Amino acid sequence: MNRAWRARNHPAYWAFLVHRLSGLALAVFLPAHFLVLGQALRGEAGLEGALRWTDSPLVKVAEIAIVVLLAAHLTGGVRMLALEFLPWRDWQKSLAALAAGATVLFGLAFALALVGGG
Amino acid sequence: MSASLLQVRVWRGGATGAFRSYEVPRRESQTVLDVVTYIQRRLEPGLAYRFACRVGMCGSCAMTVNGVARWTCRTHVAKAVVHDTLEIAPLANLPVIRDLVTDMREFFDKWARAKGRFVPTATRRDDFAVVCPDRPERRAADAAIECIGCGVCYASCDVVRWNPAYLGPAALNRAWTLVNDVRDGDHRTRLAAVAGDAGCHACHTQMGCTERCPKEIAPTASIAGLKRATARAAVKGEL
Amino acid sequence: MKGVGPTTPAASQPPLLEKEGRSSRGAVRAEVLLWLAQRASAAVLGIAVLIHLATMSYAVRGGISAAEILARTRGSLGWLLFYGVFVLAVAVHVPIGLRTIAQEWAGWRGAGLDVIVVAIAFALLALGWRAVWAVCA
Repeated sequence: MNRAWRARNHPAYWAFLVHRLSGLALAVFLPAHFLVLGQALRGEAGLEGALRWTDSPLVKVAEIAIVVLLAAHLTGGVRMLALEFLPWRDWQKSLAALAAGATVLFGLAFALALVGGG
Repeated sequence: MSASLLQVRVWRGGATGAFRSYEVPRRESQTVLDVVTYIQRRLEPGLAYRFACRVGMCGSCAMTVNGVARWTCRTHVAKAVVHDTLEIAPLANLPVIRDLVTDMREFFDKWARAKGRFVPTATRRDDFAVVCPDRPERRAADAAIECIGCGVCYASCDVVRWNPAYLGPAALNRAWTLVNDVRDGDHRTRLAAVAGDAGCHACHTQMGCTERCPKEIAPTASIAGLKRATARAAVKGEL
Repeated sequence: MKGVGPTTPAASQPPLLEKEGRSSRGAVRAEVLLWLAQRASAAVLGIAVLIHLATMSYAVRGGISAAEILARTRGSLGWLLFYGVFVLAVAVHVPIGLRTIAQEWAGWRGAGLDVIVVAIAFALLALGWRAVWAVCA
């Protein structure tokens, strides 16, 4: 492993990196999300036109990815609030694992709902 | 212990310089500081490095060992070695004076800037202050008090790297012990000094400090305490 | 022990606070309040995103269509308020985070950055509320 990364290879640093990069990605995604929904101002057909773009498998994969990023940012954020506002000593590492686990669950739930139909 | 020879790459020079390679015999229970001392005594008399107590009390021998900041006198080679190789560099985030010696001035100036000095409220004519060891404040101070000022946390913090004005884990940890010192008389000034973008609120809980602190202090917890205390003061308009 | 911390002769360097452009008290307080706003909005978003994730997972079953979405949201004061607050929290949370990233990863600090950050906040608010209005009104 690269020496610069050896020092940073621990759960809290990974949690930080995931939080920052997911936040950045969500910030880029948000305006597009708002613009697509804004198409409803032109009636149902307007929104439907914008949404049909999401039928492509590639967009579906991107959708799952953005939901996973949202879940990661959520769970990572809850972890950070706990670290900053609750008195802690030893359980912070379990907290990072918990956040990662919850993210995977959210991602799976959404992916199953999206792909599985139902 | 695998090989009988260690391949050691040591930083030579100042801000610009290069790693030079040395071969050092492997010994039982050898520390990284032993290795550096061997090189200086036998192979490279001009090598500059710092140490004093050799027993983990003085905080002067910290270096970057295979990318990780460590107290070298208490780090066994076996713990840090990778493929029989050690790469020894000066601490990160501090100006290099020469070889393995960094300029710690900024690091300690920041302790002063964080008001890391006890401000007494009693005089010599007053009786001893009685602080119950079970008080939450006393416990919080206890958890953070054992710092030896080695700079490992400071060198392990990316926020220090990205934000040069940031006071850093050690100075903030020190401030936290004083915020919890019921005898101290200047909490308000200290809270103002450690707040904001150069202070505790810049911390992103990356926890490099807590991960690497050789005394197993959790500066991240101290900084979180300061975040809460200063935020409370800011809302009350006391900052 | 070295002479560190409390015994460091800080008195020989009087302008410690001002060194490195350490800002005035007002600016420090502003930074703390920004930090607090970031955490407060995060707390709101924590709940809002949870509801959003659940709703989405429910809504995408069998594919999404405009008709289905609008049937749920149109004329609903509840969704209008929920997403109105959601967007407000986003407009507070995102710009503060972007500001920190610009400072740390792009080394960009100062008034110019703050102007852009405020502009981003209002842009998000406008776009977001427009979208909420489009879907819920």
